[in-house]
Amino acid sequence: MSTDRDRPSSPPGRRGTPLTRRTVRWLDRRVGAAGMARKALDKVFPDHWSFLIGEIALWSFVILLLTGVYLTFFFEPSLEKVVYDGSYEGLRGLEITRAYDSALDISFEVRSGLVMRQMHHWAALVFVASTSAHLCRVFFTGAFRRPRELNWIIGVTLMILAIVNGFTGYSLLDDQLSGTGLRIAYNIAISIPLVGTWIASLFFGGEFPGPDIITRLYVIHILLVPGVLLALIGLHMGLLVRQRHTQFSGPGRTEGNVVGERVWPTYLAKGLGMFFLTSAVLAALGGLAQINPIWLYGPYEPADVSTASQPDWYMGWLDGALRIMPSWELRAFGFEVPNPFLQAVLVPTITFLLLFLWPFLEARVTKDHAEHHLLDRPRDRPVRTALGVAALAFYTVLFFAGGSDVLAVTFGIPINVLFPAFQVLLVVLPAVAGYLAYRLCKELAQRDQPGGEHHAREVAPPAPDSGESHRRDVAPDDTPERQPAAEAGGKPRR
Amino acid sequence: MSDGVRSDGQVHEGQQASEMKGPDERSGDRASRSWGERLVALAFTVAVLAGLALTVVYSVGGQPQLEGLFLAVALGGIGVGAVVWAQRFMPSEEVTEDRIELGSTDEEVEAFTHSFETGEESLERRSLLVKLGLGALGALGLAAVFPIRSLGPRPGRGLKDTGYAEGVRLVTVHGRPVRPDSLVPGTVLTVWPEGHEGDADSPTLLIRTGAGRLQLAQPTVDDIVAYSKLCTHTGCPVGLYQQQEQLLLCPCHQSTFDVLDGAEPIFGPAARPLPQLPIGVDDQGFFVALGEFPQPVGGGFWDRKR
Repeated sequence: MSTDRDRPSSPPGRRGTPLTRRTVRWLDRRVGAAGMARKALDKVFPDHWSFLIGEIALWSFVILLLTGVYLTFFFEPSLEKVVYDGSYEGLRGLEITRAYDSALDISFEVRSGLVMRQMHHWAALVFVASTSAHLCRVFFTGAFRRPRELNWIIGVTLMILAIVNGFTGYSLLDDQLSGTGLRIAYNIAISIPLVGTWIASLFFGGEFPGPDIITRLYVIHILLVPGVLLALIGLHMGLLVRQRHTQFSGPGRTEGNVVGERVWPTYLAKGLGMFFLTSAVLAALGGLAQINPIWLYGPYEPADVSTASQPDWYMGWLDGALRIMPSWELRAFGFEVPNPFLQAVLVPTITFLLLFLWPFLEARVTKDHAEHHLLDRPRDRPVRTALGVAALAFYTVLFFAGGSDVLAVTFGIPINVLFPAFQVLLVVLPAVAGYLAYRLCKELAQRDQPGGEHHAREVAPPAPDSGESHRRDVAPDDTPERQPAAEAGGKPRR
Repeated sequence: MSDGVRSDGQVHEGQQASEMKGPDERSGDRASRSWGERLVALAFTVAVLAGLALTVVYSVGGQPQLEGLFLAVALGGIGVGAVVWAQRFMPSEEVTEDRIELGSTDEEVEAFTHSFETGEESLERRSLLVKLGLGALGALGLAAVFPIRSLGPRPGRGLKDTGYAEGVRLVTVHGRPVRPDSLVPGTVLTVWPEGHEGDADSPTLLIRTGAGRLQLAQPTVDDIVAYSKLCTHTGCPVGLYQQQEQLLLCPCHQSTFDVLDGAEPIFGPAARPLPQLPIGVDDQGFFVALGEFPQPVGGGFWDRKR
């Protein structure tokens, strides 16, 4: 910086303040990236309210990192026993583990510790929620199609890791609820044929509860998974920048262009504003809405369990599957496959496998291998929308089944009425919801036709079920097709 | 690719600023501009005050609700200020940019493939060397499995054994032995094998059923039964005893077992009965086990019966 210091300073004007210019010069002489940086600032981003969902996921991840680092300064992942002598009367004198003890200290002794802990927990819930909502947005608008299949796969991986890290996080504290969750996880692990008991033993360091589980979960929770998350989020956004964002069709918006705002300065300022607003909501939740009150659950005792043991929301569908999925056990030649394998191993495996493969399955069925940068409106793809709605209905039923005991108590419905009801719903509701979604799509698309109520769309893309989908070769000299600009009206336009 | 000219007169490759809405045009007349400025000022002022309040709350000892509230207001003030500032006073031009061609040309791909496949000097024993190299990597991989093996012991019999054996007393969590006459009808008591109090794999329910008819596979004492407390579904403690219906209910996934009928599952996801502990009374009148549980306790696994 010294090289530029003695230059006479020019008055601030349109060409930038002297400080900015000096800094830019200094950096550029060492990196030589002014051109590249300008390109980055000028990058065009289309705008639509639904594109904000992914941004909320990103910001809640940043808040998870910040609050999480703070918590690591105080948390001790150890099963060593100590006598509690903190300020919470109800547990004083009890022999508890260091993990639970330090989590209590964060909540009661460390100043602003409770706010940080609760913010961290709320941020985790919001992270998984916004990730899932973002996935739905991408699914229903067809943003996963070529050339974005890779980013879809990264995205699904991110969601799995978000769920895994949520579970490992609340399992660390060694309270009654976390211990119960770990015991269930252990039993799910041993239910895997052939290798299950080995996996469980290697992971827990022996038979449940195992001497090492908390220390290992801790390393996984604060190092391994966040590291991979960070790398994949970088890749996710790098690909987004490289491929440019998708956009809804509208006046002047074609497959061949991006219409929107430049990143600098407005878009970035709004994004930064979004970060502060997201943190504000999480801070309000962290301060005012109690979550995971471990002092009420008590320390983990393997022989105890509290009623209404409910996992965090994103585990609800798995808990529901463990309750209402068929309790089939396969037995042959003296070996057996216990039912948790079907309920809690196969169900998520098939779920995520289908998610990973979806872009390729859809392309195969619709024979549409073309590049797409214009988003679908869900109504224009009735089959995809119907299948998506049916899947959502399926997992929603599982989610509510996961709270069957709470529902039974709250509404006074016997559990032996609720379970069969949920089992019937699990089959019927997806079919009904999917059919209704299909009808609704057709209805709405009908209205968009010329002569309908709105003349929203001059050129409707072919429906995937019509078999008329256009096929394009993958020749490198292929130019993106220019779709005629559709007329305005009834369409997202920003 | 077309060149676009930005509002400041600079050329932007491949971009067209079609709809220019500069700060002046957008924020309209002077009155609305000054209103916008006031809004930003207000938001930042609120944030300043909340930040100071947060400092005060923290330094006088802290209070979670107030901390959360002031933190939220401080962050929210900055957020609102930034968003309003951006919306009202920053340039918002709708720019049209051509998309880049993602695929490379044939020549580029060819050139890359060529560079990538640039190989070694011609070798006489190329395939042998490649095989040996792969062999070395494979051996290293095999060797690397063993550090993973150190993570835990062989599963072995641990899953099938508990602390029970013939003659071992049933004791409470505090190690006190139990007599049949200390069991009140209609109550349950959780017991462990003596010396293993609190162990995760051997909590056992002692129930005085008060019923005359019991269908059990194992010997027992009077109308008292001893079942493993661990659900055969996912190993949760089956903690809820409904005395009227003589049912045991697991609070995790609502598996329900019939106490009088050998703890057979009658509802919910569990597929197997709770293992029954054969019990008797020793010469001092305390409960003892007559042996190990006849089946492994808790959730099932592949070679449970082996």
